[in-house]
Amino acid sequence: MEEKVMEAVNAEENICVPENLIYQRPETLLDVPMHYCPGCAHGTVHKLIAEVIDELDIQGKTIGVAPVGCSVFAYQYLGVDFSEAAHGRASAVATGIKRVMPDKYVFSYQGDGDLAAIGTAETIHTCNRGENLLIIFINNGIYGMTGGQMAPTTLPNMKSTTSPYGRDVQTMGNPLVMTDLIKQLPSVYYITRQAVNTAGNVRKAKKAIKKGFQYQDLNKGTSFVEIVANCPSNWKMTPLQSNKFLEDQMFPYYPLGDIKVPEKEVK
Amino acid sequence: MKELKLMKGNEALAEAAIRAGCDAYFGYPITPQSEVLEYLSREAEKRTGMVVLQAESEVASINMIYGGAGCGKKVMTSSSSPGVSLMQEGISYIASAEVPCLLVNVQRGGPGLGTIQPSQADYYQSVKGGGHGDYKMIVLAPSSVQEMADFVSLGFDLAFKYRNPVMILSDGALGQMMEKVELQPHQERSTELLQEWATVGRTPDRDSNFITSLHMQPEQMEEVNIHLQNKYKLIAENETRVECVNCDDADYIIVAYGLVARVCHNAAQLGRDKGLKIGVIRPITLSPFPTDYISKASEQVKGILDVEMSAGQMVDDVRLAVNGKKPVEFYGRMGGIVPTPEEILAALEEKLVGGK
Ligand SMILES: Cc1ncc(C[n+]2csc(CCOP(=O)(O)OP(=O)(O)O)c2C)c(N)n1
Repeated sequence: MEEKVMEAVNAEENICVPENLIYQRPETLLDVPMHYCPGCAHGTVHKLIAEVIDELDIQGKTIGVAPVGCSVFAYQYLGVDFSEAAHGRASAVATGIKRVMPDKYVFSYQGDGDLAAIGTAETIHTCNRGENLLIIFINNGIYGMTGGQMAPTTLPNMKSTTSPYGRDVQTMGNPLVMTDLIKQLPSVYYITRQAVNTAGNVRKAKKAIKKGFQYQDLNKGTSFVEIVANCPSNWKMTPLQSNKFLEDQMFPYYPLGDIKVPEKEVK
Repeated sequence: MKELKLMKGNEALAEAAIRAGCDAYFGYPITPQSEVLEYLSREAEKRTGMVVLQAESEVASINMIYGGAGCGKKVMTSSSSPGVSLMQEGISYIASAEVPCLLVNVQRGGPGLGTIQPSQADYYQSVKGGGHGDYKMIVLAPSSVQEMADFVSLGFDLAFKYRNPVMILSDGALGQMMEKVELQPHQERSTELLQEWATVGRTPDRDSNFITSLHMQPEQMEEVNIHLQNKYKLIAENETRVECVNCDDADYIIVAYGLVARVCHNAAQLGRDKGLKIGVIRPITLSPFPTDYISKASEQVKGILDVEMSAGQMVDDVRLAVNGKKPVEFYGRMGGIVPTPEEILAALEEKLVGGK
């Protein structure tokens, strides 16, 4: 059986030529193994950022800011200049970069512990000043890097290593919905919540990320793209189970879609 | 022609920043140094296009510094003791990632919220690495409004020469008092101050640059540490600065820095009026510390008095320098009180001259 297949391929002319390429690794995504767990959303979102940077041809004009969290090594995977910030401070670091290099495209990439717990003040004030940059917010409802502790975005009754009996909202508070806070701020230009759990959602998420870069040409304020993401390892699920959990539990609490769009785009 | 002005220390520092071609200032108000942010907010952008941003906290401002400095720009912040405490994590990252920047601490009395009066109680924090890990800043200690101004461009030069954070360690009196100051001519803001290591947008001829302090392999992390320690050694060899007044014939030496050194000059004069030969050594760089200089100077004297506006912090380094060869005594006031020349002389007489 195997031999037959080999023969068939050999018989054909070589189709692996550049003219036939319809899909390849984006240039900005470096050809190195990633440390992410199987099924994790971080890798997918990295790829989308790389595709967008390639398509906009802004590799030489983009500066990223990596957080402390699972994506701390984003700079080893994305081939643009990068600053690795202290935990929670990515948007302040991004502010410093954008203020001294206003003609560059600047984005921060942050988890929920980073952006919505230790870095809440920086997030809010970066948005309130309307810094002309893109914040990509990976909301997986848990602290991935440190091994599954409760995040500000952990769902009610959801178990984590520090809410082993489930998040008790009486004592641990309710999940913090960051977009609810920042949508009040006039200086935020674009807010959207996306996911990368299906092919369709991946396409939409990519469009959102692209807008976050393109809007920087307009200098109209901050773009905030939240990705509701899975964390199979720390949710203690298979990737498939984690995708189901996204749909069943996370999306009802964090509904997908645009939250604030520029005036002219309002339908 | 000389450009002379009567200015507050904080304002002279701010004016010097504009003239030094500083690209950006990020800061948060705190007494006794808010004039720096206020002065720059008024003057800087309209004159040179320098970025001036009031951050939401000192935590944010030091991280804005990290970002801006990572772009190879001349960036600075200033604060006073409680605010500088908040910056320590950021300073550790900056030192590790080796991004050059200028930080200013106009010290006030502590601990805690403390007072708004002058103090020198942040010596340990500044020279021993107030944040985590084995790092050192270069620490410059001005003792006049003139030096508040002069140390800005010196600080930037050293920061860029060694890719290291530089701190100007001042105090509330130097920040608030007015003195004559000679201002340096304007330097161009060299916006093209692009360093080959900086995050300025990748060019096709190179891999991407990253500013990071993360090294997961212990061997690699140790390499970074060895590199930093070698750099600090080089800085100590090349950049140690100290001033010495009337030490040649001195029987006693007072060691003091900053504002207190000036009070000590008066104390020394009072002593000489009474026939006591007193000299004053003023470390200008607190880090690197003039260890060898003080060690040598101690050989020909009977004793040394260290004077500080603290419970005695620099005195540890003086004792290490003297290494038991001669008595080293300490006199200090705390909590925002500046010692008088009379007090200092009395302390010297009591601890070093009298009877012993
Ligand atoms: C000041 C400080 N406090 C705590 C930590 C430890 N720490 C590292 S990552 C992290 C949370 C990461 O969670 P999240 O931001 O949600 O990102 P994820 O790993 O899930 O992608 C914590 C608490 C740290 N590095 N620095």
